[in-house]
Amino acid sequence: MMKPTKILVANRSAVASRVIRALNELGIPSVAVYSEADKDAPYLNQADDAIFIGESPAAKSYLNEDTLFEAMTRTGATALHPGYGFLSENPVFAQKVLDAGHVFVGPSPQWIEKMGHKTQARDFAKSVGWPIGLGSELLPDDDQLVIEMARSIGYPLIVKPAEGGGGIGMLVVQTEDKLLSAVERARSMAKRGFGSEALYLESLCLKPRHVEFQVIGDKYGDIRVLFERDCSIQRRHQKIIEEAIAPGIDRSLIQTQCEGIARGLRTLGYDSLGTVEMLFDTTGNFRFLEMNTRLQVEHGVTEEVLGIDLVQSQIRIALGERLKDVLPDDLSPQGHSIQARIYAEDSKRFYPSPGRLQAFEMPIGKNIRVETGYCVGMEVTQYYDPLLAKVIVHAPSRSEAMTQLITALRQTRIEGISTNIEALIRIIQSEHFMSGNVHTGLAMEVVQEANRMST
Amino acid sequence: MAVEQLKSDVTGSVWKIVASIGDDIAPGDSIMIIESMKMEIPVICEEGGRLVALHVKEGDSVAEGQNIAEIEI
Repeated sequence: MMKPTKILVANRSAVASRVIRALNELGIPSVAVYSEADKDAPYLNQADDAIFIGESPAAKSYLNEDTLFEAMTRTGATALHPGYGFLSENPVFAQKVLDAGHVFVGPSPQWIEKMGHKTQARDFAKSVGWPIGLGSELLPDDDQLVIEMARSIGYPLIVKPAEGGGGIGMLVVQTEDKLLSAVERARSMAKRGFGSEALYLESLCLKPRHVEFQVIGDKYGDIRVLFERDCSIQRRHQKIIEEAIAPGIDRSLIQTQCEGIARGLRTLGYDSLGTVEMLFDTTGNFRFLEMNTRLQVEHGVTEEVLGIDLVQSQIRIALGERLKDVLPDDLSPQGHSIQARIYAEDSKRFYPSPGRLQAFEMPIGKNIRVETGYCVGMEVTQYYDPLLAKVIVHAPSRSEAMTQLITALRQTRIEGISTNIEALIRIIQSEHFMSGNVHTGLAMEVVQEANRMST
Repeated sequence: MAVEQLKSDVTGSVWKIVASIGDDIAPGDSIMIIESMKMEIPVICEEGGRLVALHVKEGDSVAEGQNIAEIEI
């Protein structure tokens, strides 16, 4: 006799809030978990149950697999949603969830593993005809070989962790004399961030745009590509502003990529949400970067322009429904949606700003959507990423969306810590962003120019 | 010779100490790396000098403004 579905959300903050909302909307019982730092989080009361899982450091709580499994047993949860970050792209953990007889709300562990290893993912991309840039195999220990591999790619290049993601642990190398020290530094960052020193090299694309494609597959072999997002506005290789659709790219180019991606993933039988990240260069060419096998922070802008719910869809698919029953056949983007990520960091250097939230007022409006895991009085600690809240707008045009987003950011009042709101507004108001002339270096150019002007 | 207190720019934990007591630190070199909110921030000695004391060790929590090392300039 099957137990009724109950889903434990193994995450925190904005994503936990998002998933719990979807579960409530689907009428599926939910279990939230919290560490010491998150004991006053507002989404805990939105779940049917909330279980304390340990001290604030992630290793003691959100990454503590034993405690999570205990919480599953104690609450009778039958499924686990990993959110993003933490254990969401850990194939060994995903397999353990399955071996314990639970549903894992995400793809089969083999896809997590395949795409998690960045050179394997590149090899896959190549094998299904996706465009890839010049890149290397895994770097050997031999310095001289590394130098030669770098020479065949050419400078400037970028050193990347093979088991990495999220823009973390990447180093740009302009000239050969800086290569080996960069490789050494990258090895230790990779080891620390992802538990593996494996690295590879890629040629650096100048002023690229980061354009990614939302995919969704069910357990029966059906795959759909739900158009694209432009996430070129980044600091330290992390996205801070994302939009759907990508401004100023010929829709036929987008369509070609969507079709190629769908064909490629159909050969795998990819069976959940995912995102294929690409760079779009100044010559109008795409190149594969990586594939993320999880829900992404910026999923909301796709939901807004398509009028769908990706989290509900992901859950329903994990529970065995067919894609054709979960999403309407004809989807096409309506209007424009932009998301700004409010980070707990200052607007000049983007340094972390932990502290207690003495004021936390989020904007309210008909076309404003806020996702957050914080409330006034909560402590923003050093233990997690700096995301405080996501503010998402949807409007008939990109220019209206920009205006609405600036208004929403101006209405946001956060006190007790520094935030990047001033920087976000400056970036949106910049000439290049306004004209859709975005690229991955734009945010830093705008902020550095502003810093120069004010000294 | 003046002894200057080096303060932390940020609240976090000491991830790595990359210099030893007695070392001559070149201007702009870092003495330790602090980790906070998944970011690594090097603590830089702008003027350079000799590292004469460390008030923290790897793994310690630090607060913004806290004295973490002493440099003899």
